[in-house]
Amino acid sequence: GGTSLENANPLIFQRSGERLLTATDEDDDITDPIDDREIFDPYLIRNINDPEHPLSLEELNVVEQVRVNVNEQENGVSVEFTPTIPHCSMATLIGLSIKVKLLRSLPDRFKIDVHITPGAHASEEAVNKQLADKERVAAALENAQLLEVVNQCLTSKSV
Amino acid sequence: MKDTLDLLHRLSAHPDSRCWYVAWNAKGTLLASCGGDRAIRIWGKEGESWECKCVLSDGHQRTVRKVAWSPCGNYLASASFDATTSIWKRKDDDFECLTVLEGHENEVKCVAWSPSGNLLATCSRDKTVWVWEVDEEDEYECVSVVNSHTQDVKHVAWHPTMELLASASYDNKVCIHKEEDDDWECRATLEGHTSTVWSVTFDPTGQRLASCSDDRTVKIWKESQPEEGSSSDVSWKCVCTLSGFHGRTVYDVAWCRLTSALATACGDDGVRVFKEDATSDPEQPIFSMSAHVPKAHNQDVNCVAWNPKVAGLLASCSDDGDICLWSYKSED
Repeated sequence: GGTSLENANPLIFQRSGERLLTATDEDDDITDPIDDREIFDPYLIRNINDPEHPLSLEELNVVEQVRVNVNEQENGVSVEFTPTIPHCSMATLIGLSIKVKLLRSLPDRFKIDVHITPGAHASEEAVNKQLADKERVAAALENAQLLEVVNQCLTSKSV
Repeated sequence: MKDTLDLLHRLSAHPDSRCWYVAWNAKGTLLASCGGDRAIRIWGKEGESWECKCVLSDGHQRTVRKVAWSPCGNYLASASFDATTSIWKRKDDDFECLTVLEGHENEVKCVAWSPSGNLLATCSRDKTVWVWEVDEEDEYECVSVVNSHTQDVKHVAWHPTMELLASASYDNKVCIHKEEDDDWECRATLEGHTSTVWSVTFDPTGQRLASCSDDRTVKIWKESQPEEGSSSDVSWKCVCTLSGFHGRTVYDVAWCRLTSALATACGDDGVRVFKEDATSDPEQPIFSMSAHVPKAHNQDVNCVAWNPKVAGLLASCSDDGDICLWSYKSED
């Protein structure tokens, strides 16, 4: 397209391998706890599309499994994401897409916190505050245009 | 903690959605709720149970964030993310939409009636607080648009007896507004919270204010004489901070007019009640947690509301869509 990208040549990272099923995963009698690996699953946040590039958030290293933290006992999930450049204007949208994906996928009992990796963005504090404000998130998701953009990020490509 | 908070009823109020807010009418006979399903529901007691008496579902295009009863009990106001505030008139067991107040640029976050019922305040993500005058013909006229906050205004609350309005904002501040020469202006700014202030409530006398925040604290503020040479005529100072009690954002705080107990609604799913130590210095009051239900709801608790007539009857509502009614009993 003719539009100029903020970060025209991002570094592209190798996607990690698919998770291997273990014997207990396939045993329906055992309740699998939700863990970091599961949040990082292709069906969850790894394969969210970047709003600017035809790449996934994993391929841009915006999300990494080490920055996912699950506390099953406390019903807490926290994800840190790293915008590709410190002035990325898409940071809020990327954070919102991760949050929406988790809200839609996880049981309601989970508290979902999405933050920018400390030091990775010029407006880190402001973006974090917006993402933590559930009233603003709820209002944003009632905005049809914004919801469409979020849904585009969440449309799954072939895994 | 020697006091008890016992669950009386759990109502599936806004199923498959979230319940944002509940409000009692002045007689304490009806409870209005609103939520993400764009509906308002009116609840009343029948025998021993609470039943939904009425559903107002065609008033708003988006989430209904808050509802408020007029002091006379004949009107209900609803604030919505659709940028409008609706005024409903009660007709026997039904409600009709009387008028729709427009003007805010985007989401209306809160609506509140003054104690006389002659004024209505609204606030919005557009950073403004509007004061509306109500006349006998049910006409509403905006008399003032106040720009004292730099970010969304989350909540407005009137002083229990005077025409004094408090507002809480995403800018971490609370403002106290008063009328001056036909215009409303901010006369005091309460600074101290380190994140969004979600709600404010006056104590029964109106001399103190409690605010709750995303910084997980509740602050108690007291009106004081301004310092010599100060330009403002009112001054409020923080006399107490309740920290270390709440695990996540405190979304609401309510001061009971009958018992002076202070209830909080928290994002950690808990409902808590705090009581003031009667022997503590009014300038340095000590509040202790007297009751706590850790898993009061399955999700964030958004609102707590004390019944104005039945001492200790507390309503709470949550993202899980439920309303809970609690009985708070104090040992002394």
